[in-house]
Amino acid sequence: MAIQLQINGKPYDLDVDDDMPLLWAIRDIVGLTGTKFGCGKALCGACTVMLNNQAIRSCLTPVSVAKGGSITTIESIDALPQGKALQQAWVELDVPQCGYCQSGQLMSATALLLSNAHPTDADIDGAMSGNVCRCGTYQRIRQAIKNAAQEV
Amino acid sequence: MRKLIEPGMYPSAGSSPVGKAVTHDSAAMQVSGQAQYVDDIPTVPGTLHLVLGLAEQADAEIVSVDLTAVRQSPGVVDVITLNDVPGHKDIGPVFPGDPLFADGRTLYVGQALFAVAATSEAAARRALASARVEYRAGNPVLDPVQAWQQGLLVRPSHVMQRGDASAALEQAEVVVQGQLDIGGQEHFYLETQATLAIPQEDGSLHLYSSTQHPSEVQKLVAEVVGLPLNQVAVEVRRLGGGFGGKETQAAAPACMAALVAVRTGRPVKIRLNRRDDMRLTGKRHPFVGQFRLGADQSGRISALEMELIGNCGCSPDLSDAIVDRAMFHADNCYYLAHARVSGHRAFTHTASNTAYRGFGGPQGMLAIEAAVDDLARRLQLDPYIVRMNNLYDTDQRNRTHYGQELEQFPVAEMMAKLAEDCQYHQRYQAARAFNADVGNGPLRRGIALTPVKFGISFTAQHLNQAGALVHIYTDGSIQVNHGGIEMGQGLYIKMAQVAADAFDLPLECIRVTATRTDKVPNTSPTAASSGADMNGMAVHDACTTLLGRLRAFAASEFGVDASAISFESGQVIVGQQRFGFAEFVQKAYFARISLSATGYYRTPLIHYDRARAEGRPFFYFAHGVSCSEVEVDIETGEYRLCQVDILHDVGRSLNPAIDLGQIEGGFVQGLGWLTTEELVWDEQARLRTDMPATYKIPTIGDIPVAFTTRLLERADNPANTIHRSKAVGEPPFMLAISAWCALRDALADLAPGNAIPLSAPATPEAVWKAARTLQAMAVQAQGAAK
Repeated sequence: MAIQLQINGKPYDLDVDDDMPLLWAIRDIVGLTGTKFGCGKALCGACTVMLNNQAIRSCLTPVSVAKGGSITTIESIDALPQGKALQQAWVELDVPQCGYCQSGQLMSATALLLSNAHPTDADIDGAMSGNVCRCGTYQRIRQAIKNAAQEV
Repeated sequence: MRKLIEPGMYPSAGSSPVGKAVTHDSAAMQVSGQAQYVDDIPTVPGTLHLVLGLAEQADAEIVSVDLTAVRQSPGVVDVITLNDVPGHKDIGPVFPGDPLFADGRTLYVGQALFAVAATSEAAARRALASARVEYRAGNPVLDPVQAWQQGLLVRPSHVMQRGDASAALEQAEVVVQGQLDIGGQEHFYLETQATLAIPQEDGSLHLYSSTQHPSEVQKLVAEVVGLPLNQVAVEVRRLGGGFGGKETQAAAPACMAALVAVRTGRPVKIRLNRRDDMRLTGKRHPFVGQFRLGADQSGRISALEMELIGNCGCSPDLSDAIVDRAMFHADNCYYLAHARVSGHRAFTHTASNTAYRGFGGPQGMLAIEAAVDDLARRLQLDPYIVRMNNLYDTDQRNRTHYGQELEQFPVAEMMAKLAEDCQYHQRYQAARAFNADVGNGPLRRGIALTPVKFGISFTAQHLNQAGALVHIYTDGSIQVNHGGIEMGQGLYIKMAQVAADAFDLPLECIRVTATRTDKVPNTSPTAASSGADMNGMAVHDACTTLLGRLRAFAASEFGVDASAISFESGQVIVGQQRFGFAEFVQKAYFARISLSATGYYRTPLIHYDRARAEGRPFFYFAHGVSCSEVEVDIETGEYRLCQVDILHDVGRSLNPAIDLGQIEGGFVQGLGWLTTEELVWDEQARLRTDMPATYKIPTIGDIPVAFTTRLLERADNPANTIHRSKAVGEPPFMLAISAWCALRDALADLAPGNAIPLSAPATPEAVWKAARTLQAMAVQAQGAAK
């Protein structure tokens, strides 16, 4: 059964089951591999994408939930001023180490800045606490979000 | 080539990039989703996906395994067990003990029994459910101390000693005695173990593997499938985290994928799911440290006796060297006139514990820090004073308990500097006043400033070698390859900086390419913090060879003395003439000068006589100090880290931005080990903390906003390392010990004069229990006084 999805502004007709996790559709069917598999249980944040500008964990979200909605992945956040500013701040502050969690971090950060232009430390901790980084880049993530917020 | 490209595409260089805060070479790709990890490599149609069937019982006899229904399941193409391995069945990295699949009897819950290859991961996983395995229950051993006492060891014990510790303890004015339980740690690299194995036209194999040790994966794959090593190539561009967990543990999934690729002739991908990864692979060794520490009334230490019992799990893996490194760090920064440190490698029915950032060093260091803390509590002294009074110096008290002389020891100055910068002394007194104020209810504050000295070199001497391959192309661009693995620590950018500096070219001229066993062979794992030290020297050596050839060509071609030739700011200066680098390279090409060279390095001076337990196992030491302050609610055990300040010695930093990131991240990972990360096995030896729902690594809210990290100024390395830099991967991990000691400090005022009964990890539950115990002791003491 075909499911129509809009990903990064492009329409896709996918012949997949309703209950296929969105992450699989994005990675394996559409071929956008910037979004990562981390735990498969929505507990680590590596798979974070935006659905209608809200951060969601794509590994546990069935594709059917995204029907008719607009999905944004890491590959297109530079089209948003918030996303672009965050990417630049991330590079300037040398945030990524191994980098594997960073697309999820950036998606959560982008969703945060879309809803809250000037987040406090507590806002940042609240919005980002579902995204783990084993390299421990949290201080730089916090600072990069603040820097980006000033740029937008 | 008949005609070369137009030279001059690169701008001339500024000053050397070495020592500059240059951005990680992958950063732009990582923030846009372009950086590829193994699971992101496009696969061809027909690629098979491999999932594992794991043992449900430990120490159980496998009575029968019926995989008939698995084989018949839709999409399944191949199923393999140990019987299907044509070559070596044991992939133990140093000693045997790691069968690729369970061999008759299970060693641990989560051990691989079989692997299923199917046309999709979902199909393979569906098929798993129809496996029928019958066990006859065994009697799993879980307690390492009991195992040690019963002689259940994976390797023999080892002792390091100096002087007569037991006699000195007899004479000591004060002796503190204790036992510290030290928890293990799940690596939790965000990218789980992954390999893509692709059969080639001639029956050879090309593997993309997320491994810290491609040469070992190459060797083990070759042995398992029965090919010579030159038929197996392993390629690694980057890891989504390693931390030691992909030093030996990447090999098993890689061997399984390779075997199915050979059997089916199809590409095979394995990417473990999180739970399988957490069950299958080994972790940081839990340790038990038993100690007796003797001192005088002023807190000056005279003797230490320590038993370090490492819980090695079910096989030797790297445990010999890991327990050794715990023993090598049982002094941390303190001079021990009399010492007897024994290390034991206990067997348990759990996954074989393995390398993890620090490699046993953190466990040895935590044990001595606990002992020093106990001593300070007994004497009711500020632990800072006790630490300071027992530091090594470079004069008389300068030899470790294994006989290595310290050429450099800046820790006393570093402790004093950090104490001043972060106002340790005032804050220590403020914490005492805070804790004495009944108005603060159940809240208590604690602060600690602790040092780290960490030895740099592999203690397995032969691993201290590295290779590189450097090509100059005719447009003047340079490609660098080396044996090290990029796992986020910024190795590639550091290597590019070293090469750019050697030729005095801009960084843009240098490209570091994926690490491959067919480019640089016989490599050592990227481990022991040695990546930049060793590969940097190898890259430098290759550049030196190429520069030598170019100089010799310039001298003969233009008839000038070698002293009149130099490479400056992207130009080659030959006597009175100047050439752009690319222009000069083209002249060299036409004159038939080889523009490709290998480089090689072996760490000098190191040796260790195991029979005498003496030597110089480390080329040099890295140092750091950190101060942490915490606030604890003793009624709930909950706490928060309020402030962290770090001063760390990286010698002359190759790249301060990268090094500071390693220090910050190392601290955070160490903090997880000592506070929130608790591994729990039940009585049936099942790991109950096998998902992030039950195993908590630090998140952003665990890290204080007040967190400063500084590099030691005017730092140097007495050892001749690459640009006199120091290794930075592991040493900062142990800076987190200050947070653990701060938690102890917060509880100290509850029952002054007593050791704090707090082991590691200091979870809120453990802190609550320790507070309750201390309160009960205080009540008892009051009763006795009345």
